[in-house]
Amino acid sequence: MGRFFVQRLGVAVLVAITVSIIGFALLRVSGDLAADLAGEDATPAEIAEIAALYGLDRPLHEQYLTWAADALGGDLGQSLFTNEPVMDLILERVGVTILLSVYSLVLALGIAIPLGVLAAIRANTSIDRAALGVAVFGQAIPNFWFGLILIYLFGVLLRWLPISGSSSFAHFILPTVALGTAVMPALMRLTRTGMLEVLEADFIRTARAKGLRPGAVFFKHALRNAVLPVVSLSAVSLGFLLGGSVIVETVFALNGIGLLAYESILRSDFPVVQSILVFVSLAYIVLTLASDLINARLDPRIRLG
Amino acid sequence: MTSERDTILRVRDLSVDIPVPSGTLHAVRNVDLSAIRGRTLAIVGESGCGKTMTALAVMRLLPGRARLRAREIGLEGTDLRSLSDKAFSAIRGNRMAMIFQDPMTSLNPVYPIGDQLEEIHIRHRGSGRREARERAEYLLARVGIVNPGTRLRQFPHQLSGGLRQRIMIAMALMCDPALIVADEPTTALDVTVQAQVLHLLKDLQAEFDMALILITHDLGIVARIADRIAVMYAGRIVETGSSRQIFAAPTHPYTQGLIDCIPYPGKTERRTALGSIPGIVPSLVGDAPGCMFRNRCAMAEERCRDGGNVERSVEDGHSYRCVHPVERLRGTMVPS
Ligand SMILES: Nc1ncnc2c1ncn2[C@@H]1O[C@H](COP(=O)(O)OP(=O)(O)OP(=O)(O)O)[C@@H](O)[C@H]1O
Ligand SMILES: [Mg+2]
Repeated sequence: MGRFFVQRLGVAVLVAITVSIIGFALLRVSGDLAADLAGEDATPAEIAEIAALYGLDRPLHEQYLTWAADALGGDLGQSLFTNEPVMDLILERVGVTILLSVYSLVLALGIAIPLGVLAAIRANTSIDRAALGVAVFGQAIPNFWFGLILIYLFGVLLRWLPISGSSSFAHFILPTVALGTAVMPALMRLTRTGMLEVLEADFIRTARAKGLRPGAVFFKHALRNAVLPVVSLSAVSLGFLLGGSVIVETVFALNGIGLLAYESILRSDFPVVQSILVFVSLAYIVLTLASDLINARLDPRIRLG
Repeated sequence: MTSERDTILRVRDLSVDIPVPSGTLHAVRNVDLSAIRGRTLAIVGESGCGKTMTALAVMRLLPGRARLRAREIGLEGTDLRSLSDKAFSAIRGNRMAMIFQDPMTSLNPVYPIGDQLEEIHIRHRGSGRREARERAEYLLARVGIVNPGTRLRQFPHQLSGGLRQRIMIAMALMCDPALIVADEPTTALDVTVQAQVLHLLKDLQAEFDMALILITHDLGIVARIADRIAVMYAGRIVETGSSRQIFAAPTHPYTQGLIDCIPYPGKTERRTALGSIPGIVPSLVGDAPGCMFRNRCAMAEERCRDGGNVERSVEDGHSYRCVHPVERLRGTMVPS
């Protein structure tokens, strides 16, 4: 277990460094930042001045090393737009995004796993088809549109729930439903496929031959084997939610990191964009590491080699 | 004589049909069996003849699509056909247990061995973890595993095939069953381990006073182990008798063929092709009147097309299904 963990951690660190370099380089080559910042009718001299001010005239690797050294020390620079420290901007907003993402994943898993198991146990029956219908609905419906419908139904018509802001748990319910619905189908299908495959396994026949109750056969013996890929996909989904909830954050006026990224891209606020990029990649890396560790806990063949 | 009390399992007229795209596959047809306390019944036949389906039918573990018909499936006086699935599962693993062919895939890879043994005792005996663990440890030692305490904490992938099959045997014994069905328990094992595992089964059967149904395609290994033998071909039992009767006086041409295939050290060159009867098993799909063995049988005649499935008696406890009389089959007398 120890060696497994160290290996995975080593890989994660390497990936983190690579991602930050690529992210950094892409932002710099995507356009002339100094020219963007200086404005449309700036003279070449003004542009050069701005480039010198932000160190944009130095070689790329030097710029990266300076940025990386500062970042490691907790200094992500300042927003070009508000002049606030980027760290503060991100910390202010990240809580909302993390809460929304975690709620959405929990909701998605809470539906996907029981529904996937049920669909597999009752494969090719009307229950299975109903589950498939739910999945197709979740996958097909654009989540901003679904969000708007939720707002109209529960916010405007029924007036049960607040429709914008993030000051209480109730504020998170509708956006959580909108996002959870989007990530649930893939998790449900994976659970169903995994269960169908595992239910054919010899050891499931053994479990039945032992006279175990159906609950023990399905949930103890089958699910634990079927759920391994679902853990990995959950990690990816959570990463996606952390970085990709721009639209839902906008629809529900949730002041999260997605909204911040969107605004910052429009304003060419590159220190903020760069930092969010790294934040989201780090989140992916940490989540992948976490899913590896969970899978190792669940499957002794991974843990013990 | 065996009393009614000693007949642990009685199966009468068991058939298993499986719907397949091309029609109905008759995996098992009109099979009669009984298993007796302290005795071993061997079911022998080539691959695909319905041995596993027969066992799974008795255990109610058939694949979902398969359809079962039987006049009787009685275990220790209970008619299993009348039981609900729930009531049946209380008997499975408890009064009757099954050992499967492939020990490498028959254990759950994600749980320790101990857990997989203990849960049976906990389920059927309502015992606590401690008591179940003691039972598991005792049985692992009994099936010849050293350091049972350590083994119980290990996972299947850490153990060899031979060890795993011993564990499957211990698993079957957890609740002291009256009947064990072992489906080719040694086929997946190294030759050297095969004999050990078979002897272990035989010893345990005597010690626990169980009925044993041993399924195998290798007639060679049953000679010393089985009390009775049922020879299956294409879903039917074509000959049944005591071990002595079958080996001393094999009657059905298929049984004779199987016996001719057993390699004897030093004698093999006198026999026909080593290891197999020429020809292939006919398709089991659709209705096929007549003897299913006729396309491979040296004695096949016109009347084998629609006859041959009537049971004839050789002597007490020994019967076969073939249109030819015993004398013809043995070649001792020539009637016409
Ligand atoms: N799930 C299934 N669907 C359709 N047909 C099946 C299925 N399982 C088995 N069969 C067919 O049923 C027949 C009997 O199979 P069975 O497994 O009982 O044979 P067997 O005597 O145990 O053979 P082996 O020695 O290979 O284990 C075979 O013709 C097989 O092709
Ligand atoms: Mg078989």
